[in-house]
Amino acid sequence: MRTVSNEMTAARRPLTRRVPASERLIEVLLFLAAAVGVVTTIGIVLVLLAQALDFFREVSPIAFLTGTVWSASIEPLQFGIIPLVVGTLDIAVIALVVAIPFGLLAAVYLAEYASMRTRNVVKPVLETIAGIPTIVLGFFALNFVTPRLLKPLFGSDIGTFNVLSAGIVVGLLITPLIASLSEDALRAVPRGLREGAFAMGATKWEVVRKVAFPAALSGIMASIILAMSRAMGETMAVVLAAGMNPQLSLDPRQSVETMTAFIVQISTGDTPQNSIQFKSLFAVALVLFSITLMLNLISNRIVARFRNRYS
Amino acid sequence: MSATPASPAAAGEALFDPRLARRKLTGTIFLGACLAAIAVLLIALILLLMDVLTKGVPYLDLDFLTGVPSRIPARAGILPALVGSIEIALIVGLLAFPIGIAAAIYLTEYARDTFLTRLLRTNISNLAGVPSIIYGIFGLAVFVRALQLGYSLLAGALTLALLILPVVIIASMEALRAVPDSQREGAYALGATRWQMIRGAILPSSASGVMTGIILAMSRAIGETAPLILVGAVTFVTFLPTPLEGGYTVLPIQVYQWATRPQQDFQAIAAATIIVVLVLMLLLNLLALVVRARLSRHISW
Amino acid sequence: MSPSVAETRDPQIAPLRIAPRESGEHRTEAQRDIVIKLEDVSCYYGSFRAVRNVDLDIAGREITALIGPSGCGKSTLLRTINRMNDLVPVFRLEGQILLDGQPLYAPRVDPVEVRRRVGMVFQKPNPFPKSIYDNVAFGARVNGYRGNMNELVEQSLRRAALWDEVKDKLRQSGMSLSGGQQQRLCIARAIATEPEIILMDEPCSALDPRATLQIEELMFNLKRDYTIVIVTHNMQQAARASDVTAFMTMGADRAGYVVEVGPTAQLFTNPREQLTEDYVSGRFG
Repeated sequence: MRTVSNEMTAARRPLTRRVPASERLIEVLLFLAAAVGVVTTIGIVLVLLAQALDFFREVSPIAFLTGTVWSASIEPLQFGIIPLVVGTLDIAVIALVVAIPFGLLAAVYLAEYASMRTRNVVKPVLETIAGIPTIVLGFFALNFVTPRLLKPLFGSDIGTFNVLSAGIVVGLLITPLIASLSEDALRAVPRGLREGAFAMGATKWEVVRKVAFPAALSGIMASIILAMSRAMGETMAVVLAAGMNPQLSLDPRQSVETMTAFIVQISTGDTPQNSIQFKSLFAVALVLFSITLMLNLISNRIVARFRNRYS
Repeated sequence: MSATPASPAAAGEALFDPRLARRKLTGTIFLGACLAAIAVLLIALILLLMDVLTKGVPYLDLDFLTGVPSRIPARAGILPALVGSIEIALIVGLLAFPIGIAAAIYLTEYARDTFLTRLLRTNISNLAGVPSIIYGIFGLAVFVRALQLGYSLLAGALTLALLILPVVIIASMEALRAVPDSQREGAYALGATRWQMIRGAILPSSASGVMTGIILAMSRAIGETAPLILVGAVTFVTFLPTPLEGGYTVLPIQVYQWATRPQQDFQAIAAATIIVVLVLMLLLNLLALVVRARLSRHISW
Repeated sequence: MSPSVAETRDPQIAPLRIAPRESGEHRTEAQRDIVIKLEDVSCYYGSFRAVRNVDLDIAGREITALIGPSGCGKSTLLRTINRMNDLVPVFRLEGQILLDGQPLYAPRVDPVEVRRRVGMVFQKPNPFPKSIYDNVAFGARVNGYRGNMNELVEQSLRRAALWDEVKDKLRQSGMSLSGGQQQRLCIARAIATEPEIILMDEPCSALDPRATLQIEELMFNLKRDYTIVIVTHNMQQAARASDVTAFMTMGADRAGYVVEVGPTAQLFTNPREQLTEDYVSGRFG
């Protein structure tokens, strides 16, 4: 009663069948697509290195890395990158000072206290903040934070372009990053750990502070490092908010120039492409890339070790 | 030691000073701090939107949307920038989508768990963390100069496509991984080859996550400024751009140009442009929600 | 060493099948046609031996049950027959498996072709999130079926005793069916590739008793056209539903092996091995 369907009769067909060529071809194509990632990374490194080396033929790397005066347009030309790095760090540190408390409090709330309903309100808010284009944040700094928040506070001591407003908006930008990664880290802590503490009569807050938080600490640290990397790579918000004054200053009320802002400045100017100023762009980019890459790798290592502990 | 206690518990009682009320109060205070933090974040978001809306809405009219930039703020329009943004978004989507999904398929379904594969995967997640301006520099060196595309919209689109590619790959990988192995086994047991299994059983089931990922990545590309500055998007364009010729602009760059002018009127039209950008992004996000709802209708693992 | 079926079948004692099935079939030894032969099969995951030295003959148009305590390698053994274990990179098989006289693990054999001829139904029903029609048609399509798909789908669903329930909603998602219906859908789609053999890995363990009974009845009917090998935890099911039963257990070296094989009724009422006796009377497992 089995129907005999022509080609598919199971009868004595041999079990060997060639793997069709199309399968192999597909695998190759897919591999090439995956290789685009590697090619891009190698490409970025090569481009930065090649052009930076070109720059270092005229400017000594030591002077570049340790010099404290950055004057790329005004004679005498000096290319000490320290002011740019300090400017970048300034803003990043202020951003972290803003983002860490807000981000962690939000993370603790989402992981430990929030009901499903509140989560469905808070998470979209955080995601929206994270999705705001950075140029909009720069606009916000220039049009609201400085004139309406900072100027009333500091009076005329604070310039239109200042580190503080840049730090605040960048902090706003990276808060969702810290919040969501830290929330994940807290959620990854096994229930058993918490329940053990509850069973001993600890209050909810104590369980969070003494059990969950310490257990999630490496994940939280990793999120902070990642956020710092993100803050250092930020461009448009700081360009609009902090301006482009490459002075070496720790005063947050002043304008500074970050590495990223300098790169923008040079490329929007009239600087000819084979001038030394233009080439300095690549050297600065190399330093920026190296720092952010290092921070990202450190963050990944911490996450990897953290994951091993609970898997 | 007290005189013979009635029971061990009773003796223990005397040694404890729980101070429960105070501990609970501490907890409540910190919970309040959490809520306050979230409130501040919400307020910041609202303030930002209010600021943009109050400054920009008065200047937002049909003339603005269909006009061209001008030195006089009242007469300026954003049509070239709007067209440029849409064109770039489309090209970016067309480029990043196939490469992204293909790479994700390879990394989740084909690659064996070797050192090389792990390296590929780490590499993708590192690329996702590279500052966007670095991609601009790469685009300048490779697309503008080496491939001689000049300061064309195509060069800009290629640069942005590379920028969002890691994000698309990661989102697609997650969508593919969400399909349970029982589906793969079921397809294999029916005599499917690996690609037949992927095309027939995995891709349709992960379509929702994949499409959502690409749409959200496109939304992000619309808001990007720095990389395009590097590859030569200019700021004063009065004609409609075409992909291969030079001279194009996009909405964020228009914002940048106007926001750096001190006059209040320029700030206002910058705000108006920002509203357009945010509306476009909002539309894309809504599209992503709709797509996710429709494509994952029958999926319940 | 596990005794092979050939050795234990003493022609003098039991020339005819014991406990004829309700369908009234009696089959003599001569009528039993061995379609699958496992010869000294051992399964390794890396250096760990999961199954050792199995000799097993599976006859066509019969239901062979594999029973035994959990973890003793029944599923592993089952999956060697359709080369599903190949999906695990560290898997290795020693010995030989013959399907209709052809070795399954010969170097040039394509597992994809093997799996078309040997279908499988899994413990937890796993229909695709496609329409019922597309679920059944999937296997046929990937194998290049050029006949009338509508007919094939209807026929497969009829044979899986599901047609009447779904004929008006073929376009609905396969995942909208109940558990028992989903499992029958999985059987239907396995049948659609016209296999000779259907492997079932605890097909009823995720189903309620009524659905279980339906599947067992289905198996009786399927037996007319297909060879069925079923792994089951449920001894009563094996006793009810199968013609031949093989009892496996785990040895001290944590490798599974076949203790005894024989006609079902005999294995349950009068087993040769003490270990079998202990298991079927519930003393362990």
